[in-house]
Amino acid sequence: MDLANVAIVGSFETDLGIVTDRGPMALGVQATLGAIADAGLQPSAIDGLITCNSLVAPVMYHAEATAEYAGLTPGHCLSVGTGGGTTYTALRYAAAAIQTGLATTVVVSMADSMRSFMTRDRAMAVQSSSGHPQFEQPYGPTVPAYYALIARAHMDAFGTTEAQFAEAMVSSRAWAHQNPTAQYRERVTVDDVLASKPIADPLKLLDCSIVSDGGAAVVLTTLERARDLPHAPIVLKGYGEGHHYEHISQATDLTQSAAADSGKAAFEQAGIEPADIQLAQLYDCFSPALLIQLEDLGFCDKGAGGEFLASGVTQPGGTLPVNTHGGMLSHCHPGNPGAIFGLTEAVRQYRGAANQRQLAHLEHTLLHAQGGIMSSHATVILGREN
Amino acid sequence: MAGVDQLNQVFFDGVAEGQLRIQQCGDCGAYQFYPRVVCKLCGSEHVHWTVASGRGQVASFSVVRRGVSADFAAPYIVALIELEEGVTMMSHVVDVDPNQVISGMAVTLTFRTVGGADIRPVFIPASKS
Repeated sequence: MDLANVAIVGSFETDLGIVTDRGPMALGVQATLGAIADAGLQPSAIDGLITCNSLVAPVMYHAEATAEYAGLTPGHCLSVGTGGGTTYTALRYAAAAIQTGLATTVVVSMADSMRSFMTRDRAMAVQSSSGHPQFEQPYGPTVPAYYALIARAHMDAFGTTEAQFAEAMVSSRAWAHQNPTAQYRERVTVDDVLASKPIADPLKLLDCSIVSDGGAAVVLTTLERARDLPHAPIVLKGYGEGHHYEHISQATDLTQSAAADSGKAAFEQAGIEPADIQLAQLYDCFSPALLIQLEDLGFCDKGAGGEFLASGVTQPGGTLPVNTHGGMLSHCHPGNPGAIFGLTEAVRQYRGAANQRQLAHLEHTLLHAQGGIMSSHATVILGREN
Repeated sequence: MAGVDQLNQVFFDGVAEGQLRIQQCGDCGAYQFYPRVVCKLCGSEHVHWTVASGRGQVASFSVVRRGVSADFAAPYIVALIELEEGVTMMSHVVDVDPNQVISGMAVTLTFRTVGGADIRPVFIPASKS
């Protein structure tokens, strides 16, 4: 089905980083109402609300509780849970609801507070509980260890080096340095990454994403309605998903992810190729995840991700800017909502509001996120109205 | 342990007897792990238990330097072990200098207490068995 009749018309980010004066539900409501106001709409115009449950303070009916708190009475509520991939899965459900007439104007909203409202030990336990309860978790794998298994396999298969993985953080900080809302903004070198604390070999502390508080929301509606609203519509051009496994021990190939499926589907629907992308907002939970997405989404050949990343193309001034906000390695990673800041940054780029980070030319953006351990993949391609 | 049903209890009974039990499909012959009520390859319900040889190789591994909890004293080696029957399982490699572990290394089954609690199947270098 043609996605091009659905547009993003509103966007809002809460305070990000370390936010102690409000918890996940309050942040999610703030994001929801902020995005509605940004779209130039009244809350009564919202007839669909899609949220992601909080890991810190989960509630049974998350979207419904968010609507109630915000004073919304939508005709359609849905909580989506595809882990880190939730942002783009939720975006697709919002688009599908609009395309099929279930709703006309939908908010996608999410927030969490892993940094300030959960102890480090509890956060580690919650995150590593994605492992199989009987056949993985009893061996004490941490989330970095899961991704380390993938990193090691990539090194063995393609000769990728720890120094090449380290380039993920170098690129992330080069962008975050220019973003006042990023939680960590100090530039780092490859040597800094290599010298950082060992976490799960071959991954060091600076190969890992940060832990944050914060939330964000976007508003989607029909392209026709979007034309009457204050901001130029940002059009959904393509979408894809891919799911090869859930638990890492069930992966048939540790170095080839279902991002290849989701990316292919999204490019086909949008009718464009990787070379047509000016901005890629990828899921950088750990350095090897970013590197493998660059390959599987078709930005470089399989196995060449290390070299590609080390060439600097993803950094400011490069030919493929990646995560211009700083990504989850530096900007904000409150838990499952992490990818939504890649989306709100893309909105900022389309509006010409990204200050020093502003890209000179932006037609097509690729957004990608994944949940589990490179398990559940979702890709979105955005463009301007033709 | 939470979530143990009658099906995977067979696996844990095997551990208590010093066996690593995996499943084989009676129709297509495929092995699988973890245990399921159907063959994930052909969908057959004629799935039976068999005892794995205990020989395998390290498919990938990580030396965990920061343990998941106080029950897991770092460093420990989390590994994906490809059994000779063709199935992969998560486990530990033990009795080895972490710097000596490489992917493709031949390993052999043994049993140890893991995480301060239950006895689990783990692996040692085949050269030590």
